Amino acid sequence: MNALFQIIIFPGFLFLFVFGLAAEFLDRKFYARLQNRVGPPWFQPLADFIKLVGKEEVITETADVAVFRVAPLFALATTVTAIFYIPLWHEKALLSFEGDIIVVLYLLTIPSLTYFLGGWYSRSIFSMIGAVRSLTQLFAYEVPLFLSVLAAALLANTWSLSKMTHFYAVHPWLWVCNAIGFLVALIALLGKLEKVPFDIPEAETEMVAGSFTEYGGRLLAFFRMALDIEMVVGASLLAAVFLPWGLGLTFLPGFLLYLLKTVLIIGFISLSRAVFARLRLDQMLGFCWKYLAPLAFLQVLLNLTLKGFLVR
Amino acid sequence: MHDLRDLHDVKVPFGPQHPALKEPESFLISLRGEKITSMSVRLGYNHRGIEKACEERTYVQDVYLLERICGICSHSHSTCFVQAVEEIAGLRVPERALYIRSLIGELERIHSHLLWLGVAGHEVGFDTLLMYAWRDREVVMDILVKLTGNRVNYGINTIGGVRRDITADQIQEVLEAVRALEEKTKYYIQVATEEVTFVKRMSGVGVLLPEDAVRLGAVGPTARASGVDRDIRRDDPYAAYARIPFKVPTSTHNDVYGRAVVRLSELMESYQMIRKILKDLPEGPLTVRAPRKVPAGESLSRYEAPRGEDVHYVKSNGTEKPERVKVRAPTLANIQAVSRMLEDRYLADLPIVIAAIDPCFSCTDRLIGVKQEARRKKDTMSWEEVRVSGIRWYRERGIDFSSLNKELERWLG
Repeated sequence: MNALFQIIIFPGFLFLFVFGLAAEFLDRKFYARLQNRVGPPWFQPLADFIKLVGKEEVITETADVAVFRVAPLFALATTVTAIFYIPLWHEKALLSFEGDIIVVLYLLTIPSLTYFLGGWYSRSIFSMIGAVRSLTQLFAYEVPLFLSVLAAALLANTWSLSKMTHFYAVHPWLWVCNAIGFLVALIALLGKLEKVPFDIPEAETEMVAGSFTEYGGRLLAFFRMALDIEMVVGASLLAAVFLPWGLGLTFLPGFLLYLLKTVLIIGFISLSRAVFARLRLDQMLGFCWKYLAPLAFLQVLLNLTLKGFLVR
Repeated sequence: MHDLRDLHDVKVPFGPQHPALKEPESFLISLRGEKITSMSVRLGYNHRGIEKACEERTYVQDVYLLERICGICSHSHSTCFVQAVEEIAGLRVPERALYIRSLIGELERIHSHLLWLGVAGHEVGFDTLLMYAWRDREVVMDILVKLTGNRVNYGINTIGGVRRDITADQIQEVLEAVRALEEKTKYYIQVATEEVTFVKRMSGVGVLLPEDAVRLGAVGPTARASGVDRDIRRDDPYAAYARIPFKVPTSTHNDVYGRAVVRLSELMESYQMIRKILKDLPEGPLTVRAPRKVPAGESLSRYEAPRGEDVHYVKSNGTEKPERVKVRAPTLANIQAVSRMLEDRYLADLPIVIAAIDPCFSCTDRLIGVKQEARRKKDTMSWEEVRVSGIRWYRERGIDFSSLNKELERWLG
């Protein structure tokens, strides 16, 4: 019964659904204010969702129906699953085992793959090019993201997110050492969420809507929901790994602190959306491999050195 | 026409309907990976038969019709046309009218270039610049409303002069607006030259070497950004431009970045020119009386529109309707260069390179080729044949106007 509550209501689907919509609203509103626009009312993401769910489901003749249908659900399911292994306002996540960092990162990679599969099996030229771009981009941002998260884990000498947050709770202020990794992970997260300057796969003026060009109705609603939840889960992961302070609090202040951390990360995403232009794919790959990956390596080296004499 | 040799490449239809294009136009590109291997442009989706329609209307009606060729450079087209007619009729337009034409022309250039800046930002995913530039564009739009009564299609020109005067209060308002816009433009120059991601997307993209610019007949900011120093306002002065000192900004960057710099510098130049125009505005009448029937003759008129040289050719036959009106808009001259600019470039560069010539397809589309499917060859149709085939086309689809016509005739009398 408890497990069912956790999966469906908190911190499972319903919580993520609400928080995802709220995150989308905050992102859109903040972005709009930065652009000197009024922005949407608070219920706009929900209204969009309801509108899309209520619409007719159109699948193109050439599309592979099974993959086309399953891809959005897969994206949604994996992002929701990932939250169970991430410590939110507490030192411990709901579930944890030695090696869950790998599982979380893996679960967060699957949505990108579903964007590829959904787009590829749409069999439309725009979605196929968008899909290939998604996949190309994946190879650029995943390595820096993984390395920076693993660098933080190295310092804590564990493969479990819960043990990692516990370690940083025992050694306060040690999280400051991961500052470079945090920066790298933030930028890589922009690539993962396909936000400006890395929104190359769905660049409207080039590829219409990229992978999602042929999607509409319920399936598009699920994809968009998955994107929103991915944003929340990605922000939660970064908050857990790189901002592991104030975790010993009781439920209410702890929960508010967790919200504050994730909202700050989402705010950073909106800010970058507003102040940058979209990079070209070759520029993006160059940037990730020339600057982000070496920086992440630097963090790994730094943590290996620190581990030698700081942590006994 | 679409003709691509390599069948192994992926073909992407960029238009006629595509989010990057603000007007229908077709670019069929052939891709290998992210690289463009070839491209073919097909124009003609915006053809409205305006030139033919001009022959059916009087000169005064044509001023308003030609103004509606384009929603952005409407003043350019109407000025260009009235200049041609005035030349044939031998009219001496009053000085004050010439100054007012120049003033509206420069205000139009400001709103067109600010619009372009926003579109350029949008094409490379920099929507904040779009929002900012278009917000500030409202300042100049409001000024145009106050001076002419309209945001676009000002209707200020008439044959032999202008239709509205400018009051002293309006002069103050324009000066204030120009001061505000100048501050904003300085900021945009800073953004366009310093924002790293934006510069990265523009520099080295869409390169058009000076010799290519001359060979392909590029005009306006597109040519000036390739170091070709041409400006009709200076080279063949019309309106009040002979009496206003101004610089012609050029750039040797040869790329999209250069085009942005040239347009932004032109904005700064325009502010300075507007101040000079308002300072020197001579007193006097607004129009001279124009004859209804224009004597037989022909004339070619040139105008430096925001996008480049606009050319109108008018031939009159002594009646109150022109015999022939021909419009060559700047985009037609610039569109040839786009394929050259995109050689060996990436797909992602396509929207910004097309946008960088500031294309206006409704200006460009003056002709459509009629292709007869049965004979598979292009040939021309007479006016009567076009009419007949139009009626037949609708009849085949179950729409018959003949009964409607009969009813109309009975109703009329």
